[in-house]
This record gives sequence, C-alpha cells and structure tokens, in this order.
Amino acid sequence: MLHLHTILFLIFAGICVAGALNFLLQRHPVNSALSLIVVMGSLALLFLLLGAEFVAAVQIIVYAGAVMVLFVFVIMLLNAGEEERTRGSRVALFLGVPGLIAFFGLMCWTLSRSQLGQVQIGGYYVTTQELGIALFREFLLPFEITSVLVLVAIMGAVVLARKERQ
Amino acid sequence: MIPLSWYLILGAILFAIGVASFLIKRNIITIFMSIELMLNAVNLTFVAFASHWHQVSGQVFVFFVMVVAAAEAAVGLAIVLAIFRTRETLNVDQVNLLKL
Repeated sequence: MLHLHTILFLIFAGICVAGALNFLLQRHPVNSALSLIVVMGSLALLFLLLGAEFVAAVQIIVYAGAVMVLFVFVIMLLNAGEEERTRGSRVALFLGVPGLIAFFGLMCWTLSRSQLGQVQIGGYYVTTQELGIALFREFLLPFEITSVLVLVAIMGAVVLARKERQ
Repeated sequence: MIPLSWYLILGAILFAIGVASFLIKRNIITIFMSIELMLNAVNLTFVAFASHWHQVSGQVFVFFVMVVAAAEAAVGLAIVLAIFRTRETLNVDQVNLLKL
C-alpha cells in the first residue's frame, strides 16, 4: 500500500535526480541552468513535504528567482556557447571518479544501515513565526554578521564588475 | 510515512552529481552552478534532520546557507565577468594564470 507521502516523494525525488543528471549531461550552459531550476523547484516541494514552508518559499524566491536569474543573465551577457570537449586530466580520471564512487557508495551504505526512523507529513511543522523567533533571539549575532557579509559581497561585486577606466 | 534515510540518500545523490559535474564541466559558469547544486543537496539534508529531531535551528542554518550562496554567486559572477574581459574565454583550461 503506497501512501500519499511515498508517492509524492518518489515523484519529486525522481524529478530532482533527472534534472541533476540533465544538468550534468547538457553541454550548453543555458540548458544546464534551466535544469538546475527544475531541481530547485522540486526541492522546494520536498521542503514542503518536510513541513518547512518558509524555507520552501525562500527556495523558490531566492534560488530559482534571484540567483538563477543572475546566472542566466551572465550566460546571455557573455554569449556563452556550447563548451568544447577537452581531455580531462589523468589524475581526475583515475583518482576523482573512483573517489566519488567510493564516497557515494559509503554514504548510501551508511544511510541505509542507520536506524533513523520515519518522517511523516505534518509530523513537524515550522511556521514562519517560530522561525523568526529563533532567528531574532538565538541566532541574532549570526544574522547581523550575515548582513555585514552581504554588504561586503555587494561592494566586492561592484568593484570587480566595474570597467577599468584608462 | 517514509524512512528519513530516503531523504538523506537523495541528498547524497544530488551532492555526488554536483561533485561529478564540478569535476567534468569545463565552462566556468557551469562549475559555479554545480556548487549551487551541492549547496542545495546540503540544504535538503538540513531540513530532513530538522524535521526528524524537531529543531528549528536546522531551518535557520538553511536560511544562512542561502544568504551565503547568494553572496557567493554575486561575487563569483563578477569575477567571471572580469576574467572574460581580459581572457575572452570561459573555458577553465585556458584560465591557468592567477594574473589577470
């Protein structure tokens, strides 16, 4: 008997993995960016299944809305074409790929052996109010430091992207 | 009711695909996007554990990760613009000097 949660999880996890594989296999940067947007959208739905409504909304607004628009804008500004096929380094082939497979296999083995229990829809539900209370009481100092970080990032981006005047 | 480990394995799959595309891709913008994919996989793990242990702090961490990712994307794309102005290429194989 399949529960609704299982069905929804399988659908959106399938879309996630398919989008990520498409991201890996496409050669044109615009196609990669669009499939990454698909991954982010279905991740937002998985966040909703886990009861994180604010995080799901922010995922759509900030990631799929702002960050990816910035990426697509830069791709189109620089007129990036298909990437040419080059021969990768031998170190990457003989060390990187087996290392990645070993990492992934170890993760899956450990996670499938662990007795972590079950998650259910509505089992834990965080409202925006609770998140805001946590953010502005316990995490007030990190929040303020983050604002300084964003300010520094804005200034750095403006300085780096400015045209040099001779 | 599904096991928590399914969410964690999905996060591991997405992270591994992100690492693989970081290693395989040659376009500097696509390499940046694979970093975003890895950050998203970590966010999924954070939210799954927050839901499992009934802690709000997991979701607060996701919020911080998103802010840092947005800042990183802005600075990184500005660096990409600066590299493209001087090198006129986006291929990382041809960007092998620190000097602009």
